[in-house]
Amino acid sequence: MIQLEHVTKTFKTKDGIVHAVKDVSLNIKKGQIYGIIGFSGAGKSTLVRCMNLLERPDDGKVIFDGENLMEASPSELRKARAKMGMIFQHFNLLPAMTIYDNIALPLRLEKAPKEEIDRKVMELLTLIDLVERKDSYPSQLSGGQKQRVAIARALVNDPKVLLCDEATSALDPQTTQNILKLIAKINRERGITVVVITHEMFVVKEICDEVAVMDSGRVVEQGDIVPVFTNPVQEMTRNFIATASNENKVNELIKMNHPITQLKENQQLVRLRYDSTNTEDAMISRISRLYSIDCSIISGSVEIWKESPVGQLVTVFTGEEEQIRLAIDELKRNNIKVEVIKRGHIE
Amino acid sequence: MDILSSWMPNVIKNAALFPDAIMDTLIMLVVTGVVSFVIGLPLAVLVVITKPDGILPNKPVFWVLDKIINLFRAIPFVILIPMTFVLTRMIFHTTVGIKCAFVPLIIGTVPFVARQLESAMEEIPEGIIEASVSMGMSPWQIIGNVYLKQNIPGMVRGMTITLIATIGQIAVVGIIGAGGLGDLAIRFGWQRQMGDITLVVLVLLLIIISIIQAFGDWLVKKTTH
Repeated sequence: MIQLEHVTKTFKTKDGIVHAVKDVSLNIKKGQIYGIIGFSGAGKSTLVRCMNLLERPDDGKVIFDGENLMEASPSELRKARAKMGMIFQHFNLLPAMTIYDNIALPLRLEKAPKEEIDRKVMELLTLIDLVERKDSYPSQLSGGQKQRVAIARALVNDPKVLLCDEATSALDPQTTQNILKLIAKINRERGITVVVITHEMFVVKEICDEVAVMDSGRVVEQGDIVPVFTNPVQEMTRNFIATASNENKVNELIKMNHPITQLKENQQLVRLRYDSTNTEDAMISRISRLYSIDCSIISGSVEIWKESPVGQLVTVFTGEEEQIRLAIDELKRNNIKVEVIKRGHIE
Repeated sequence: MDILSSWMPNVIKNAALFPDAIMDTLIMLVVTGVVSFVIGLPLAVLVVITKPDGILPNKPVFWVLDKIINLFRAIPFVILIPMTFVLTRMIFHTTVGIKCAFVPLIIGTVPFVARQLESAMEEIPEGIIEASVSMGMSPWQIIGNVYLKQNIPGMVRGMTITLIATIGQIAVVGIIGAGGLGDLAIRFGWQRQMGDITLVVLVLLLIIISIIQAFGDWLVKKTTH
């Protein structure tokens, strides 16, 4: 549905040239929810703006539904944009128009017949559950309601793609959940391809099929979310996983030199990651029995990633060094990712 | 009546001058206001859209307009009046009288209106313009649906400030025989030492300004959603 090929965008600022997007290639397939995650300043907002040419890339191709937008005329480009709905962090509703008029606006621009406008707007007002607020103005609505109106406005002329730029970042967790559910529902029921830009890990975890991780203008890692997040290759990806789980708490404990992380000579602090393919076996008790090592669990969690369980355990193995090594090999043979965080040593 | 004539003898003696003076002031106010708005609004739109980060960036157009507006805003109004004599004479073949006052009044007010309306349009968040572009709006549609419609309260505030400032300039054009309340205050109140006339003129101006401000505030309230 959207292909980016070697897209590059630089900005000239007072402090010199900023490379916001560097040689990014992506392929967003029809019907997918595609996440682009990165910390602020990573270039993800610029990247999504390159998709509908709100920012014209300096170089590269932006192919939307088979058409290279970089070569489109101004009027062709406007037509393409109308087929890509977009929602924003700050909603960007027109303040002097009622909710009804805001949603109707894209159709009015196309000079659609009045009855069609009325039918579609009322249908969408029902979808976002705001029929009784149709004559209110945006300032009279809550953040979550405003974002629902923005979604309705983005959907009113049956777009093929919905671009969401930090659409939940200004909302509270409960409202965020509702908006994410709405986006997932729209994707499922209308088959609209969705691109989600976010700095929040759980947003990706909740609804995305594929993800691209961005760091200083580059896509450093991309693919289906479960493999990317259970077996991260890049430091940046690991940082993100850390923000969404209690993983970094262990690092904090180590930094604080907390008693439970002060290891004896025959101890190792180990992190285990596993997914749905290996959650059933009682691996911990098995290695404990087989290699006569003690396993004390410091922390553990199971999270649901787009319907698959992904778990992690932080444990201390106590036993002979050789036995621990064999135990780790055994775990790895069962597709469990093992990372030795800290080894005990003689003071 | 006796008390009044002893308190403000000159006002009573010259009472017949007041209705005309009020009318002249109001005519100049309305004509200047309307014409300046009609010229200032497109100028403001042009400045906003041709800005480097506008929807149709155009450096030469923006630069020229911006500098001309600043230039005319920098000229003190009393100096602008003789400066525009050439133009006034070309249009009206004279430089005195009420119609001649329109030339400096309008030339002085247009840049002011343009800046006021420009800043009202600038108050519209960048994100709303971005959302409009992303909807597939053309530049004309953005002007019509967004710039001209989404901050009407700000525009009303700008016009209120403009009209009140214009009242001050209308008083000054009295020096070229344009009439009006300011003229009355200068010729009678000051030059003939009739202090009571000045006082009454002041009260009348205060009333006009209060009415403009009250109407402006009402309109802002009415257009704010």
